[in-house]
Amino acid sequence: MVITFFKNTVQTVRAINRKYAKPHLHTTRLVRFCLGMLRAYLLLLIVILVFKFAQALH
Amino acid sequence: MNILSKLYYKYKKLLKVLRLYLMIAGPGIIVMVADNDAGGITTYTATGAQFGFHLIWFLILLGPIAYYVQEMTVRLGAVTKRGHAEAIFHAFGSFWGWFSLLDLVLTDFLTMITEFIGMTAALKIFGVPAWVTVIGAWLLMSWMVLQGRYWTWEKLALVFCALNLIYVPAAFLINPPIHEILRGAVIPHFPPGGFTNDLFFLLMANIGTTIAPWMIFFQQSAVVDKGLQEKDMTGGRVDTAVGSLLTVVVASFCIILTATLLPGQPINDAATAATKFMGINKHLGACLAIGLFDAGLLGAICISLASSWAFGEVFGWAHSLNHKLKEAPWFYAYYMFVLLVAGTVVLIPGAPLVLITLFVQVIAVTLLPAALVFLILLLNDEETMGKHKNTWSQNVANIGITAMIIVVSTLYGISALFPSLLEK
Repeated sequence: MVITFFKNTVQTVRAINRKYAKPHLHTTRLVRFCLGMLRAYLLLLIVILVFKFAQALH
Repeated sequence: MNILSKLYYKYKKLLKVLRLYLMIAGPGIIVMVADNDAGGITTYTATGAQFGFHLIWFLILLGPIAYYVQEMTVRLGAVTKRGHAEAIFHAFGSFWGWFSLLDLVLTDFLTMITEFIGMTAALKIFGVPAWVTVIGAWLLMSWMVLQGRYWTWEKLALVFCALNLIYVPAAFLINPPIHEILRGAVIPHFPPGGFTNDLFFLLMANIGTTIAPWMIFFQQSAVVDKGLQEKDMTGGRVDTAVGSLLTVVVASFCIILTATLLPGQPINDAATAATKFMGINKHLGACLAIGLFDAGLLGAICISLASSWAFGEVFGWAHSLNHKLKEAPWFYAYYMFVLLVAGTVVLIPGAPLVLITLFVQVIAVTLLPAALVFLILLLNDEETMGKHKNTWSQNVANIGITAMIIVVSTLYGISALFPSLLEK
């Protein structure tokens, strides 16, 4: 039953990924710039969190 | 006779407008009042105790900021008929969609725990054991959504919104110094001592409680579930404006209470303030405790619904409050399950509740900038919004607000992770 549940969930997630594979927003330079900045911002946050985690371990 | 007939006509017209507004009103008021959740009340009481009436002007400024951000969700929801999670998936693809959805779920879950901390602490003042509060609140919150009608849920939520105004009559019980309050509300200034690190932290905390990621997701989904159309946008805007006014009123009166009765005293949470109030005036302490419980309850309901709607939209579950339990089992099951788990965490002896509260601030920082940027990009897409896309002036205001919130919330998150940065 658990295996069936996980199998169904994986299938649903794949279906969602297929449905939303392509972004529908008109990709202008501004959109690309904003998304790039967001990725950089999130990467920076991850670095800070990893640093904090490492600091806490020591 | 002519004047009388004109007056009667105007009265009838006003009545019609009011009736129309009352039909549309709901999501804006609920999201804004729920924004004053348990964490928010704690922040306001701490602000009042530490800095007196000096920062009321700052909270008044936060009202329009909250309005500008939330107004965009009304337009986006009414035009696209999609919730925010679904809108992100559709517009930006599955990578940003999953990032937003999973981050929202985590942030909401942790925030819900803080709401239960607030609720249990509030009722503990009346001698109610924590487990009774958790079970009682869970049953109440489940009953509210299981009515099978969005309208019924909304009106019940509005009753709890009205209860959130309990701080207003409570403030009149203590005869606060009106002159000082007016000075603090009208003249922008910093407290004596200037711009200190403590002041900076509390200003950031106040901004952090005013705009939260779940609010964007909640209001857009609520607008869709309610079925607001493009023609209802003006009503939706008025609803959001009234809500932002109420959120400022509640926040200001919380500050007035602690600034009058507990000036200079260290307040770490609203329950401590309520206990101290009990020693001064029992009715006042009871008001603060009831208000704190109500704030936690309203916050938990809205936050859990924000996640349930988001999951429903993306996974294709039936996800309307107009559905009965049998018609939307996954939607209701998720809502009730998450609330139950969040409540149970509070009951675990030795659970790291302080760490969780801290973690909420940090995780919210990862989601808020993304949600705000997506909102602005979507509102500027002509294909999506048509004639309702952001105007030049709306863009200036919204981009300015977003930039400010991103900077402040990032600093807030970093200062929560590294408190030594703000030490004197």
